[in-house]
Amino acid sequence: MVNLVLDDDARMLKDSAERFMADKLPVKELRRVRDAEDADGFSRDAWAEMAAMGFAGALIPEEFGGAGMGHVAMGLVMEAAGRNLSPSPLFATAVLGVSAVTLAGSEAQKADILPRVAEGKLLLALAVDEFRRHRPSQVDTEATPAGDGYTLRGAKLNVADGHVADRIVVSAKTPDGAVGLFLVESGAAGLEVERTVMVDSRNAAILRFEGTPAVALGDVGAGAGALAQVLDIGAAHLSAELLGLSLEAFERTVAYINERKQFGVIIGTFQSLQHRAAHLFAEIELVKSAVLAALSALDEGSERTPLLVSLAKAKAAQVADLATNEGIQMHGGVGMTDEYDIGLYMKRARPAAQMLGDERFHTDRFATLRGY
Amino acid sequence: MFDLEDFRADTRAWLEENCPASMREPAREDADRCWGGRNPQFKSEDQRLWMERMAERGWTAPEWPTEYGGGGLSKEQAKILREEMGRIHARSPLDSFGIWMIGPALLKYGSEALKKQHLPPIVRGEIRWCQGYSEPGAGSDLAGLQTRAIDHGDHYIVNGQKIWTSYANKADWCFCLVRTDPDAKKQLGISLVLFDMATPGVETRPIKLISGASPFCETFLTDVRVEKSQLVGEENKGWTYAKYLLTHEREMISGMGRTASGDKALWELVADAAGMDADGKLDDPMLRTDVARWDLDAMAFALTSERINAEAKAGQGVGAASAMLKYYGTELNKRRYELAIAAEGADAMVWEGQAHKGGALPRAWLRTKANSIEGGTTEVQLNIISKNILGLG
Ligand SMILES: Cc1cc2nc3c(=O)[nH]c(=O)nc-3n(C[C@H](O)[C@H](O)[C@H](O)COP(=O)(O)OP(=O)(O)OC[C@H]3O[C@@H](n4cnc5c(N)ncnc54)[C@H](O)[C@@H]3O)c2cc1C
Repeated sequence: MVNLVLDDDARMLKDSAERFMADKLPVKELRRVRDAEDADGFSRDAWAEMAAMGFAGALIPEEFGGAGMGHVAMGLVMEAAGRNLSPSPLFATAVLGVSAVTLAGSEAQKADILPRVAEGKLLLALAVDEFRRHRPSQVDTEATPAGDGYTLRGAKLNVADGHVADRIVVSAKTPDGAVGLFLVESGAAGLEVERTVMVDSRNAAILRFEGTPAVALGDVGAGAGALAQVLDIGAAHLSAELLGLSLEAFERTVAYINERKQFGVIIGTFQSLQHRAAHLFAEIELVKSAVLAALSALDEGSERTPLLVSLAKAKAAQVADLATNEGIQMHGGVGMTDEYDIGLYMKRARPAAQMLGDERFHTDRFATLRGY
Repeated sequence: MFDLEDFRADTRAWLEENCPASMREPAREDADRCWGGRNPQFKSEDQRLWMERMAERGWTAPEWPTEYGGGGLSKEQAKILREEMGRIHARSPLDSFGIWMIGPALLKYGSEALKKQHLPPIVRGEIRWCQGYSEPGAGSDLAGLQTRAIDHGDHYIVNGQKIWTSYANKADWCFCLVRTDPDAKKQLGISLVLFDMATPGVETRPIKLISGASPFCETFLTDVRVEKSQLVGEENKGWTYAKYLLTHEREMISGMGRTASGDKALWELVADAAGMDADGKLDDPMLRTDVARWDLDAMAFALTSERINAEAKAGQGVGAASAMLKYYGTELNKRRYELAIAAEGADAMVWEGQAHKGGALPRAWLRTKANSIEGGTTEVQLNIISKNILGLG
């Protein structure tokens, strides 16, 4: 049975992650990089501090220089980042990239890459999607054997942090039709990187491979299995981020309706607003449980992991939509202004919900896994 | 420390031996449920055996202290018992307002004498209780109740009318809210008293429901004598006890959002009715989507009940959580039955006749509509969440 209560260590980590994100990477920091049109889209100094805190290496085994804290712990960091809309390479590098290298990479590749990631000196990205909606079965990018390695042809889109990654893990089809994972270095020949600034002011990229040199990440035959696990890990951590985002949007909204006056009274005394807030409270409670269940299933290697991950992602995505829609509505006109943060929460909620499968994708997958 | 794995093994072996085969199927209708009482109605000998065997171990109230007849189990052991019963799809041996409602209130607020008098017969299923809270003029505004108890030294004389009193016509005793101080602010003049339904002046009249059943009544109280020894806690403090009792009632009702052990999952019922396609998916894509959305919420809700219980045990989490569980669980149960009748189509609209078990499904569907009314309406639960958890208004 999955563990549903945080122990003391986890609660201390939660506090320190929340304090760190609120101090160093609050919403103001997102505004700063957005308004400065920062080339990276995040602060490299802050990332160095996150590495020092152990966040960059949270999922990296200790033998490769990480903290080996596990998914429940990393989920708390993601939740704190979600609360503060903290822009950083946490998700692309420390969750997706690290999981891909840890699960698929050879010992030599792990020893080469992971310690540098833990130190905050190497950034990673995972290039999977080829279609505008997440559809992991669609892999048209081709990997052709060439010398000791491969050359890649094809294109990937919506690659989080693809514009800054030093190493990119790419899914591609070998001539026998199997899907494997391949490692490409930034600046490789025949690699074209087109930065796409997204609605949440974060960065993704379109990557085009025109005979780009690559090496297999570990054993090509094992790539598809590893990729499936990486996608589950990514979806679980996005759910944790969406939980943090929903909680913060909700708390800010409740605080707002508890202070704004109309008709001579606090608008939070209107029952129509109270009941919608109470409903949202209940929905967020469900998200908390689903996210914690998915993360602890990952830590325990439970066979129910895929089911619980789809439960978490579907529910977190659905409730983040609700929390941000209600958030803006209950703020009234100021909710539509750039000056108020609530709109920024909505603008992060949608891309985070879509990435690695939206509510519909995961509801369908959940039903299939349940046997119908 | 009692070793939990030993406890599980012993429990499993005992259940294997003592739970009759016919009690290992879900209850299909009200008669399948065992309510005990002075004049118990057992549908079968197995049903009687199963209740008596469980009662003998105190396992009809597993967590109550053994000195009051309970099982004396820890929370962990009780959970194991539930899991082991679930494993063999064992039915609840005894359904009881005594166990769910008045028992917990007596354990917390009752005098030693009241506990000794009332708890053991509840555990043994010998006395069936009903809840005299609601009145014609006091539903959601329960504290507005008018039933009056006048002090006559060693006893009260009670006059008034209760309504929606579930199973009042079958119950042996009543826990009842009465007004003992008409001049105090309304919450401060209420007391909780207990009386035998056979007392002169107690009269019940069944009310017919939309499901066709009549499980609840109007209850008329005319010069009913209630001994002072049957006052729970202190006079005029009844509102506090009433609210505590309601949190237990709400937790119990919220359990409706969880699929009972042994019940088929909703998707299996829908699959039986609507069929599967060649890919092994429910044949109707819209129905499949609706079922999946319900199923997701139901699983997340079950995890949430479990989490909130675990947090309460660890001293974390918010109180008033029972309002949230009651709200969500009952709304889920209503959605479940809407989907069940949608899947069964015209068959679900058949009201009478053997072929469709006397309209069991539409009657059960109609019954669920009460879930968000009984024990405090959905709107009242949302009010409680807004005020007590969110600090609004
Ligand atoms: C099947 C069933 C079994 C029951 N069993 C028992 C029992 O055994 N013993 C017992 O004492 N009672 C019992 N009840 C009664 C139940 O507790 C009441 O029906 C319930 O509290 C609602 O009261 P009411 O029926 O007077 O509705 P009302 O209070 O009149 O409510 C009507 C509508 O107004 C809404 N409303 C009322 N106040 C507010 C407010 N402040 N804000 C927003 N909306 C509001 C309600 O939510 C509801 O939608 C039972 C009821 C049912 C249906």
